[in-house]
Amino acid sequence: MNSSRRVAVLGGIRIPFARQNGPYAQASNQDMFTATLDALSEKFGLQGEVLGEVAAGAVLKHSRDFNLTRECVLGSKLGAETPAYDVQQACGTGLETTLTVGGKVALGQIEAGIAGGVDTTSDAPLAINEDLREILLEAYRTKSNVERAKLLTKIRPTQLVPEIPRNAEPRTGLSMGEHTAIMAKEWGIGRADQDELAVESHHKLAAAYDTGWLDDLVLPYLGQERDQNLRPDTSVEKMAKLKPVFGGEDGTMTAGNSTPLSDGASAVLIASEEWANERGIPVQAYLVDAQTAGVDYVHKREGLLMAPAYAVPRLLARHELSLQDFDFYEIHEAFAAQVLCTLRAWEDPVFCQERLGLKEPLGPIDRSKLNVHGGSLAAGHPFAATGGRIVAALATELQEKGPGSRGLISICAAGGMGVTAIMEAA
Amino acid sequence: MADRYQQLINTPVGKILSKQIGLPSPVTLQRYEPGQPVIDGPVLFGAAAGSTLTPAIAQTLASAEAEVRTPLQEEARQAAADAGIEAGIFNPETADEADRFKAVVFDASGIADPADLVEAYEFFHATIRRVGANGRVIVLGRPPDQIEDPQRHVAQRALEGLTRSMGKEVRRGSTSQLVYVAETAEAEIESTLRFFLSPKSAYVSGQVVRIGQAVSTWDGVDWERPLAAKVALVTGASRGIGESIAEVLARDGAHVVGVDVPAQEAQLSEVTGRLGGSALTLDITDEDAPEQIAAHLQDNHGGVDVVVHNAGVTRDKTLGRMTDDLWRMVIDINLRAPHRIDEALFRRQAVRENGRVVLVSSISGIAGNAGQTNYSTSKAGIIGMVEAYSGPLSERACTINAVAPGFIETQMTAAMPIATREAGRRMSSLQQGGLPVDVAETIAWFANPASAGVNGNVTRVCGQSLIGA
Repeated sequence: MNSSRRVAVLGGIRIPFARQNGPYAQASNQDMFTATLDALSEKFGLQGEVLGEVAAGAVLKHSRDFNLTRECVLGSKLGAETPAYDVQQACGTGLETTLTVGGKVALGQIEAGIAGGVDTTSDAPLAINEDLREILLEAYRTKSNVERAKLLTKIRPTQLVPEIPRNAEPRTGLSMGEHTAIMAKEWGIGRADQDELAVESHHKLAAAYDTGWLDDLVLPYLGQERDQNLRPDTSVEKMAKLKPVFGGEDGTMTAGNSTPLSDGASAVLIASEEWANERGIPVQAYLVDAQTAGVDYVHKREGLLMAPAYAVPRLLARHELSLQDFDFYEIHEAFAAQVLCTLRAWEDPVFCQERLGLKEPLGPIDRSKLNVHGGSLAAGHPFAATGGRIVAALATELQEKGPGSRGLISICAAGGMGVTAIMEAA
Repeated sequence: MADRYQQLINTPVGKILSKQIGLPSPVTLQRYEPGQPVIDGPVLFGAAAGSTLTPAIAQTLASAEAEVRTPLQEEARQAAADAGIEAGIFNPETADEADRFKAVVFDASGIADPADLVEAYEFFHATIRRVGANGRVIVLGRPPDQIEDPQRHVAQRALEGLTRSMGKEVRRGSTSQLVYVAETAEAEIESTLRFFLSPKSAYVSGQVVRIGQAVSTWDGVDWERPLAAKVALVTGASRGIGESIAEVLARDGAHVVGVDVPAQEAQLSEVTGRLGGSALTLDITDEDAPEQIAAHLQDNHGGVDVVVHNAGVTRDKTLGRMTDDLWRMVIDINLRAPHRIDEALFRRQAVRENGRVVLVSSISGIAGNAGQTNYSTSKAGIIGMVEAYSGPLSERACTINAVAPGFIETQMTAAMPIATREAGRRMSSLQQGGLPVDVAETIAWFANPASAGVNGNVTRVCGQSLIGA
């Protein structure tokens, strides 16, 4: 980040993630994120504290939540004078907020801030039918009551069906899963590999709960103590029984190796070293640098979720690092196929030479260093909350590993984007 | 240009009939038109582990601007990347049922012992049914006779059985070839690979081609007009296959000097006039014909680059009934004349550097044919010429190769009795006769300046005929 000051990650917290229409069905984005802010305040003693800023966001958001984060701050135990703003970069939101807050810390504009994200797919905003909306707006603009009455007679029963938010790319009409199915086919990613990655994710997350590793990172919420999606006893055999949901009948992607629609929230405390030292809060890790990238999945037909594969090599080049120079790889498991496509791309001479312009492939990673405490396939994926979950987990992993250890974060996002970052242990 | 049976069988009713009663169902072969790409569909490019021809293959595919996919195989993907090809991945496990390839190219050079042949099996087992109509199967290996290790020798030799059998399995106008590339001759494969990928090789299947050291250096060629500024001599150029050879060589940029007997003068002049070439009328069996030809080429063109000995006759009689003059005539025209002409041309050093001698043998010269002892003898002799001269001529920076046509639709075959004609047409993998242009395209491949490593080959243009296989 070419910083004048090092950006310290002090730690994070989240609520357990729930499946759509599960225990958080009645909880709003505000409810969940306010609770998460309070949990973070509790953890670091921030009650009444006025911070530099809080940056957070939600991918699915009601229009009344135009100032979602600020409203949450006002409802939280943080000092009410703490400014806040919303960020939205699809699934990259959570990590992007970390970068914006971190950037301001680096530049000395603020001393400390909170980054985070929240999403609910249960309490989702419904939009009224587009035809109905046009009629209503026209009626609103019209001055004469007679004209208004005439317009209202145009309303038809079919227009009363609301528009439900869809997890689809506006420019292709394809859902993210369908896009990923195309990628999986293009990269020749088989079913068994995807299932295996998903099973490992569940087993690792289950172990993280069982060993108490997550005690400090997850605060029970609405009676939920662990991520609802977690299946500790799942197996490759069980996974193999699931029917494909994307990519047609002979597709390889199932509900098991794809993330479910989820509800949840996360937040991370970021500060300058001075600020942390003054308060006696240990620094877990430093945010070293970040890189975002976009791909043209519309015209150039690059895979929708391949942007991180482009972002990471830029990051590596800037720091003269190889892909193997990391102790931890936190790759967001939107779909097992996304992770496997990315890893395969980095090993592939054609991709690395032709598309990345490198002399040779980045090479394979040590898979035992990948998502060591489980990933989104097991935890679930409330879009904007995933970044905070990952930053907090990696910071803890680095702190445990000790000085000199280094971690890579890679998060793919809708719209053909990717957000990636490097963190180092304090 | 489909024959009548082909036209009938390709009607809706014909298709049903052929399926029900198992009649041969030849497809209309795709043939080359100027301006066409080398190959108009995706190419699957695979390799056995440890194969070493992948860089050269990838370079040709890149230069031919082919759309390429490869399996997840190290050598193939690395070669594609190094050649600048944005190669897609093909994984049979996840590929669409409907995925088809216009060509499947497999580098088998890494196959070191018979057990490794399973790699070729695995590759083609998963892909052969994905070869589309007018598709191409090309396997590349190392010439067995140049391999010291017996195991490797055996394995490489074994490939021939695979490619010849695949030629019989692919159907729908598809072909299968084996190309043996000598060590250090990798740079010479492009003209051959392009030829076998393209519709130019429509009627060539089940062949084994050897590529060795280039007889001469050559600077890049313009693949649209590889024979630009070259002079090509074509005997028997006034009609039939000879006319087609003249046309194709002229299309490729050559100035064609057509030769034929005085009786054919008008027709010959028409052909060479149309092609912007020149005509030379003489009887090639005349005592001084070779000298006349050599002098003509030197005086008017400063020499010659490509010599195509196409002139040939048949005078069929069973041996017991064959008269002495019929024997002599056929041997003189078909075998002695090419020999004498070459002798004169090389003695007078009329053939320029990176020159080409192309002979026309015949399937009869390989398999023999009742009633054609004279003809078959002459055509087998042609193969002897290739064998005898490929060494000496390479020292004079010249290659010598022969085509061996099978059943080619000409006036000669049109005059055959129907049963013989139909048998000739259908008894081949492609289940139809070839066209003169198929012979001509094969000759043009030999003639290409980039074919400097293609020497001593006899390539059949027979649709993988069952005869003499």
